[in-house]
Amino acid sequence: MRSVKSALTPYYLMLPGGLWLVVFFAAPVILLIGVSTMTGNIISGFTQTWHFQNYIDGFTQYAGEWGRSAEYAGLGCLISIALSYPIAYWIAFYGGARKGMYLGLILLPFFVSFVLRTISWSYFLADQGLILGPLKSLHLIPQTFRILATGPAVIGGIVYNYLPFMILPIYVALERVDPRLIEAGRDLYAGTTKVFTKVVLPLSLPGVFAGVLLNFVPAASDYVNASVLGGPGNTMIGNVIYDQYFTTQNYPLQASLSFSLMAILLIGIFCYARVLGTEDVLAAAAA
Amino acid sequence: MTTLTTSPVATAPGGSGRRVKQRKKRGERILHWFTWALIIWLALPIAVVILFSFNNPHGRFNYTWTGFTTKWWGPALFQYPELTSAMGHSLEVAVIATLGATILGTLVGLALGKYRFRGQSASNLVQFACIAAPEVVLGSSLATFFLQLRFQEGMLTVIAAHIMFCVSFVAITVRARVLTLDASVEEAAKDLGAGPWETFRLVTLPMILPGVVAGALLAFALSIDDFITTEFTSGSFMTYPLWIWSVSRQGLPPQADVMGSIIFLAGALAAGGWALFQRRRA
Repeated sequence: MRSVKSALTPYYLMLPGGLWLVVFFAAPVILLIGVSTMTGNIISGFTQTWHFQNYIDGFTQYAGEWGRSAEYAGLGCLISIALSYPIAYWIAFYGGARKGMYLGLILLPFFVSFVLRTISWSYFLADQGLILGPLKSLHLIPQTFRILATGPAVIGGIVYNYLPFMILPIYVALERVDPRLIEAGRDLYAGTTKVFTKVVLPLSLPGVFAGVLLNFVPAASDYVNASVLGGPGNTMIGNVIYDQYFTTQNYPLQASLSFSLMAILLIGIFCYARVLGTEDVLAAAAA
Repeated sequence: MTTLTTSPVATAPGGSGRRVKQRKKRGERILHWFTWALIIWLALPIAVVILFSFNNPHGRFNYTWTGFTTKWWGPALFQYPELTSAMGHSLEVAVIATLGATILGTLVGLALGKYRFRGQSASNLVQFACIAAPEVVLGSSLATFFLQLRFQEGMLTVIAAHIMFCVSFVAITVRARVLTLDASVEEAAKDLGAGPWETFRLVTLPMILPGVVAGALLAFALSIDDFITTEFTSGSFMTYPLWIWSVSRQGLPPQADVMGSIIFLAGALAAGGWALFQRRRA
């Protein structure tokens, strides 16, 4: 009797949380797939016609947005790695007793609302804003020069908003590097560069991969950065999904776009996780 | 965190010469400055939010500095009833969603950390997908779901959504804590005659508590700041980030900055306090 009971215990524990995820995550996603092949319009209603053309339309009509999502998120990740790696390295190896303080300072922006932070950046970057305004009145840059409503502004916003998600996993990976391995490398006459490229860098790559994951997914699907910091020519796929849902109310097209986005990202992640193991990625997500 | 990692420089054999050492020192200093520069860059918008909460603008446009005042930190804070109620909604949703997600997530974390069972990898997969799925997809699929069920969107749908995306994060933090525990302590409690509930309450729960609290703090932070999923599931229900978004084109009043500053200070104090408390105990 006792053994039967204890064999069922994990299922009892899983039940409420699992059920919640099934009802509010799995079921809506399955429903989304169903809606994605419907046809119709908001007035006469939508019917299931297995219209897979929605997917093709989604890619052909919004090729620019798909491209920009990949471009902005990809460039954002690269810049983010370039900025994060030295910092994570410095905190992990030279942070000493103040490591916690540095990490805390890096996480500080998270206590200000994401939307407010992004809007705050738009004040900075505005044509007559806190940075360009003084420069323009001193005639150091031409009056027509602008940052806001351009692609680089969106990329900058992406880097800014997700940077801590890159620094943390890289830091966690570097922190785990056994100092004895570095010493061993030195004892075997490897120079500073060689120790870095042959010992430190390979051991920290899982952190970089986890950081890319944590940056790329939200960056590629986000619409806040693109609408606040970008102009009409800088919209990303998230903006299209938003507009299709709230403005055009073309639910099937919105559903097919959403599902395509999720499928592309999840397939990418699973390939990634297969190579690296889900544990590292999950651990990084929790960190 | 408590132990000091010996820096590679300190362990470098001294024979490599003074010039190399000096170059390394300089590299270290550059990295140090670089770290601080980035921290300042990250903090810049926060500084602007706090600074402009003390600004005295003429109209609703709070873009340029027009004079110092503390009046927005007084009763004038509640001048915009929609802002006040939106802030209230955000707090209500965050508290309820945190409670819900912490309870559900702790149970899931315990199951995943303590037991090996059939279906475990499937549940890992669902959780993983839930964390990895882009927010715009979570939001739009939930919106489609509520629309199809003809369920009126509002506070309840927002709470349901927030619990959904927080559960996995709590589960991961709790599971990580459970994995570090020694199972023999629980067995000892049982051997000493404690029932399953007593064992849980007196032994397991206190041991996993740091994981539970960390998960709860994470859930609260995720919930109170959530924008995209909330926008899709809220209908006409307003939370603080949604209100900011909706009025941002007409200009944000300084009250919005005051509210933002209060959340920031409260969050930073809570996190700092928790970190100090943890360090004391360690």
